[in-house]
Amino acid sequence: MTELISEELPTERATPFDPPTEVSEIRGKAPISRLKFSDGHLGWLVTGHRQVREILGSPEFSNEPDRFHLLDKRFQGELPEDDEKRKPQPGMFLNQDPPDHTRLRRMLQGQFTVRRMNQLSEWIGTIVDDQLKHMRSLGNRADLVKEFALPVPSLVICALLGVDYDERHRFQEDTAKMLSLDSTFKEAMDAFERIQLFMRELIDRKKANPGGDDMISDLLATGEPTDEEASNMAMLLLLAGHETTANMLGIGTFTLLQHPDQLKILKDEPEAIDNAVEELMRYLSIIHFGPMRSALEDVEIDGHLIRAGDTVLLHIPVANRDPEKFPGNPEELDLRRPASGHVAFGHGIHQCLGQQLARIEMRIGFSKLFQEFPDLRLDVEPEEVPLRTNMGIYGVHSLPVAWSS
Amino acid sequence: MRISVDQSKCCGSGMCVLTDPDLFDQNEEDGTVVLLQEHPDAEHEATAKEAASLCPASAITIS
Repeated sequence: MTELISEELPTERATPFDPPTEVSEIRGKAPISRLKFSDGHLGWLVTGHRQVREILGSPEFSNEPDRFHLLDKRFQGELPEDDEKRKPQPGMFLNQDPPDHTRLRRMLQGQFTVRRMNQLSEWIGTIVDDQLKHMRSLGNRADLVKEFALPVPSLVICALLGVDYDERHRFQEDTAKMLSLDSTFKEAMDAFERIQLFMRELIDRKKANPGGDDMISDLLATGEPTDEEASNMAMLLLLAGHETTANMLGIGTFTLLQHPDQLKILKDEPEAIDNAVEELMRYLSIIHFGPMRSALEDVEIDGHLIRAGDTVLLHIPVANRDPEKFPGNPEELDLRRPASGHVAFGHGIHQCLGQQLARIEMRIGFSKLFQEFPDLRLDVEPEEVPLRTNMGIYGVHSLPVAWSS
Repeated sequence: MRISVDQSKCCGSGMCVLTDPDLFDQNEEDGTVVLLQEHPDAEHEATAKEAASLCPASAITIS
């Protein structure tokens, strides 16, 4: 079989909301193709929805980053010679395989059930209301990211975890440094270690004052995780809990403002919000590209033999536009399309633990934003909106908006 | 139609509860799946299949 080989992963987006055209074209020709990694390793680029799901759902693929070949020297710079530094830290269960992953994730799963998250709706509604009131108090214009999209999920996750929101300077900027593709490996590690220190202090405080009404106190009360595990688990929840949802709220608002016919559906039919959030997730995916996996054994998929040790890049944004899964015109935003089955929250055992929380934050966030500011509009030309093309989590760096009433 | 669930595979994503809360619930302790109806009636057959196909951990089987 002749195989399509990409010398490097195309990452330039021609339009703000669409993944790189070249990668979509690769999916059209070969949903499983070859990709060269920075050390010359000939790995795989998987762009078909079904194939991405199959690999993410397979126990034959590992998510431990020290097994991955480095994607690209354009990002991360040189890796440390000491491979120990790339090993997953105890408690960072997103980057661990079973059985550690299973043991750690189970300690938290009970806290993120659909029922528990639904019970938070009213409280999240008041946080959103307060933030919208704050936005209005600023006059007739604001940066939506700074005043709404980032604060809402940050306030929510801080309260849930028992982190003092006034200490957000200790994690927000370093989160950005960790996720920036412009950061070298060392810069990202330094930022990681600063947040880690903040989390260790938090664990120490909570151990000294047990009985707090928050997820971390509950986790510590079980006596199950070690202190190191608990602080890394807390860090993972804190980072995953604010950065992703914040960017969906930011670029999601930009998307809706640029699709007035779709926004009208949301304004006319409030009950359309549930599917609208799924479609926005499908359309935007929010991860810039990736994630990666490493084959633990030889695996054959669609006639391709992926060998043990091969690194695989799964392209979620392009898989979410696969016409085999989403017939019609998957490149278009269509809030009435059945969007269920998208892989924006991932698939397999690492599928987003906080997805129900994220859904509720987005449903309430978008609904109330456009109820409170029905004439919300962009305050700059669309091409002036700074895009997060240099970040692992895509979105907008800022979104200047204005309103009259 | 018969639904079976495997708690040992379940990763507590809640996709099944989101898809059909009449058929599925989650254990309060560890978030794993609780099957409410082993034999769904006709009006729940479609959502039972959807829940099985959406489950990220392949913990739901339909036979």
